Amino acid sequence: METLDIHRDAAKRAAGEKLDAITGVVASGNLEVMLERVLEGTKCEVHIKTSIAGFDEVWHAVIEDFIERWSPGGLRISVNDGGARPDTVSLRLAQGVSLMEAAE
Amino acid sequence: MKDYLTNHLTGSWYEATARERITGLLDKGSFKEFTGPTAREVSPHLKMFDLPVAFDDGIIVGRGKVKDHPVLLAAQEGRFMGGTFGEVHGAKLVGLLRYARDNPKAPRIVLLLLDTGGVRLQEANVGELAVSEIIRALLEARAAGVAVIAMVGGRAGAFGGGGITASCCSRIVISEQGRTSVSGPEVIETNMGVEEFDSRDRPLVWRTTGGKTRRLLGGADAYASDSIESFRNAALRVLDNIPPFEMATLEREQARLADRLGKFGRCHDTPDIWKKMRIAEADKIADLSDDDFKRLVEAHQEANHEAR
Repeated sequence: METLDIHRDAAKRAAGEKLDAITGVVASGNLEVMLERVLEGTKCEVHIKTSIAGFDEVWHAVIEDFIERWSPGGLRISVNDGGARPDTVSLRLAQGVSLMEAAE
Repeated sequence: MKDYLTNHLTGSWYEATARERITGLLDKGSFKEFTGPTAREVSPHLKMFDLPVAFDDGIIVGRGKVKDHPVLLAAQEGRFMGGTFGEVHGAKLVGLLRYARDNPKAPRIVLLLLDTGGVRLQEANVGELAVSEIIRALLEARAAGVAVIAMVGGRAGAFGGGGITASCCSRIVISEQGRTSVSGPEVIETNMGVEEFDSRDRPLVWRTTGGKTRRLLGGADAYASDSIESFRNAALRVLDNIPPFEMATLEREQARLADRLGKFGRCHDTPDIWKKMRIAEADKIADLSDDDFKRLVEAHQEANHEAR
């Protein structure tokens, strides 16, 4: 198992009022993404636990891209990964942000 | 995008995740989860094996409403570790069943959306203990007047302790894709040899453990098409006829199984059973449409009984 923690400031706060959401399943080639609206201002944290070691650079690239595109300020995002491909990771993160956009 | 994410009602039960099944099954906005993923009650054992955990340990428990009926429910995620019973996974289900057992004001219906290969091998002893506790709590809840409905139609089926758990329920709803048994096909082949059971022979696997066979033999009480909506309707249907958990019901179940063994115990494959039941389509059960199959079931007494 490998752990990555990425802390960034997003451009703005994430839309919606939902306090938390989860999407995806921890399975081979898949991952679960849990989002919690617990951080102040535009702070964003992404905590990743992955069963596949040695892909730090790819993870950083995917997460940087996600934060730039979706601006998930205020969210702590926790990922349990079963070896998903980068495109699946991007999709799940986007699904997660969409789920958070709902009214609570 | 919103509709795509939230409109699960018409979706396939087999393809859906456990959370999607709950969303589609329950009345909109009625679900309240107990010990949800933000509680982070994850398996304490998987890290020893360098395996990833899931925030809900592969089972979601909570309460909600099905067409205004208050229910408690548990949904296993068959894709996480095969939906297996680990320590935390099992404890969440035991807690739900004991809550139903001990609180007359809690919903008197428990839906178990089973999707499991049985005990999680990495947590073997505590998993086995969890299954025993689940069975005890389930039967005690039934004795307290709670209707416990198993719903089986996921890719893992209900095997091992999950198969036993299903058999202990008040009623079982199953789809063609659903499978129930104790030892899975691979387990039988490994222990008894390929001549006893060829686990790669998929038609054999399905006509032995699959939903149509289970329904036609009375091992399941309602047949659902592979949609969340159909499972929802089937669950509502069986609620009208929940056998009381009493000695007479158990004696009927014992008599039903003894009668079945007497009539079909020497059959080698399910078509032999269907021929003995004088079913004209004995060799074509797998090809029947859901509607034709439901008509067939209604016409055969083995399938419909007051036991359980």
